Amino acid sequence: MKIISVAFKNLQRKKIRTFLTIGGVAIAVAVLVSLMGFDAGYQKSLTNDIDKMGYQVLVTAKGCPYEAATLMLKGGGGLRYMEQAVYEKIAKDPRIERISPQLAATEFDKDRQNGQGGIVLYMGVSNSYLELKPWSKFKAGKWFSSDDTDEVIIGYEAAELEQRVPGDQILIPNLNKALKVVGIFERTGTQDDGIMFIPLKTAQRIFDLRDQLTGIGIKLKDIGSLGDFEESLYNEPGIQVVSMAQVKGTIFNLVSSSKAMTNSVALIAILIAVIGVINTILMSVFERTKEIGVMKAIGASRLDIFRIIWLETTLICVLGGIFGDVIAILGTNIVEHIIRKALPYAPAGKLVIITPELLLGSFLGAVVMGLIAGIYPAFRASSMRPVEAIRLGD
Amino acid sequence: MNNILIKADKISKTYRLFAEEVRAVKDLDIEISQGEFIAIMGPSGSGKTTLLDILGCLDRVSTGKLEVLDKNVSVLKESSLVKVRRANIGFVFQEFLLIPTLTALENVELPLLFAKLPQERDLAVRLLEKVGLAKRINHLLKQLSGGERQRVAIARALVTSPKILFADEPTGNLDTKSGQQIFDIFKELNQKDGLTIVLTTHNNKLGLQAKRIIYLKDGRIVSKEESSLYA
Repeated sequence: MKIISVAFKNLQRKKIRTFLTIGGVAIAVAVLVSLMGFDAGYQKSLTNDIDKMGYQVLVTAKGCPYEAATLMLKGGGGLRYMEQAVYEKIAKDPRIERISPQLAATEFDKDRQNGQGGIVLYMGVSNSYLELKPWSKFKAGKWFSSDDTDEVIIGYEAAELEQRVPGDQILIPNLNKALKVVGIFERTGTQDDGIMFIPLKTAQRIFDLRDQLTGIGIKLKDIGSLGDFEESLYNEPGIQVVSMAQVKGTIFNLVSSSKAMTNSVALIAILIAVIGVINTILMSVFERTKEIGVMKAIGASRLDIFRIIWLETTLICVLGGIFGDVIAILGTNIVEHIIRKALPYAPAGKLVIITPELLLGSFLGAVVMGLIAGIYPAFRASSMRPVEAIRLGD
Repeated sequence: MNNILIKADKISKTYRLFAEEVRAVKDLDIEISQGEFIAIMGPSGSGKTTLLDILGCLDRVSTGKLEVLDKNVSVLKESSLVKVRRANIGFVFQEFLLIPTLTALENVELPLLFAKLPQERDLAVRLLEKVGLAKRINHLLKQLSGGERQRVAIARALVTSPKILFADEPTGNLDTKSGQQIFDIFKELNQKDGLTIVLTTHNNKLGLQAKRIIYLKDGRIVSKEESSLYA
């Protein structure tokens, strides 16, 4: 028989109590893993999203820069428009390597998401769109036959969702307009996967926004000239220039303040778990006063008693750590779903990335937590004087 | 050869109970030799248990000198007393005080674990057989009767081969029949193995079967007598 089996058998004595305490630790660990996994995943996905836009600068109609940032990523409501003439003018600038005008429009489709209804994003693009995103590949079909045709190319996920193949007809419900599917893009892991692309002129025509744009994506020949370039557009009325680096920074800033909140939630969860463990073990030490006294009477040293109690605490936290990791892994999808709903802007990739290092780290964190939480109860138990513990321990 | 195991010289024990100072043992002298079988008797509150705790090195004297196997233990700290207990002393308690989560066998093995002695399963099994529990070795405590539990406790006290066995009211929680059976085990250990045994009891019928009887009253020895019933 070993000390550890004495400790382990002790934990089995009050199964529900032990189970609940382990559960507390497990939840704290799971929260920690999920939050840290979210930190990592969100940054990665957002970076990917923005880098894959293919442009360093976006020119939009004047408005709130945060709104503009969200807008161009999500294409959500409150769209603002600018004249296409602006595009013609900017396009002449020699510092530009590639430039692509866009017109975003949203329509509510009541049949989407199994009848719940949902927003469909249509993006009017010109041929230069593909130049900005050279990695775009067709899963099926090809590019539009002309720049003013009633055709549509569907992002990977939108095509999956609607079960579309080239040759199908789709209907823009509120406009009662039919479009012919000519192509489907490969998955890019960005917002583009959910978008319906149509030729720019077609978009301007069917949404009745002649000569209007919502944004112009620009890739400069030299990123170093960004400052000058922004400066030169400064006096252009009705537009603003947003650099993607800025956008990334803005979004990270927005997220990091909420991150501070979530991190304190994790910290509180851990604190509560630690207090729960200390409370449970302390209670079980007091309940066992006589037993501890008798163990001392039959030869247990202070260190022996300390080790038994310390092991009990550590065992709880080791099991809590393991279960916490398991819960975190099993719960990723649920957490992902909840966060996605809660976030103002959620990138397309995986939001919660749980790595083996993260799991191991959190597990070790739980073990250390157990070692620390065990010190006081173990000290109390080992300090009991045998005769008092036995004779007065009732 | 000196066969005196324990020598107490004017030992006293005082402790505080609320505001009051209680002297449970007063200036008491006693010598216990190898092979003795002593019953400490007396009314409740006469200091029997306190005396036993002190002689068994569970507690320390307030004044006086106590030698256990020629070692002055009255000056030792708890960390040193535990070593004296481990090496020389076995304990049996009125309420058995076994560890309920362990089996009979594991309870008997526990002192070996604390004494860092090799965990000889054979030895523990043999001791359980000796106290008549051959068929109960792997039972959990809740499956055992009171008398059986006390047998486990005796086996546990014997596993480290102590020189003295202390038993505090070992039959106090048992019916007459199992009480006598437990007492018979003590007698046998004393007669066959020459184990020194010191126990306290309220039970005159049992106490008188010891070799020597010490009567306590108010923390003092009022009489020592050789038993006529010891056989």
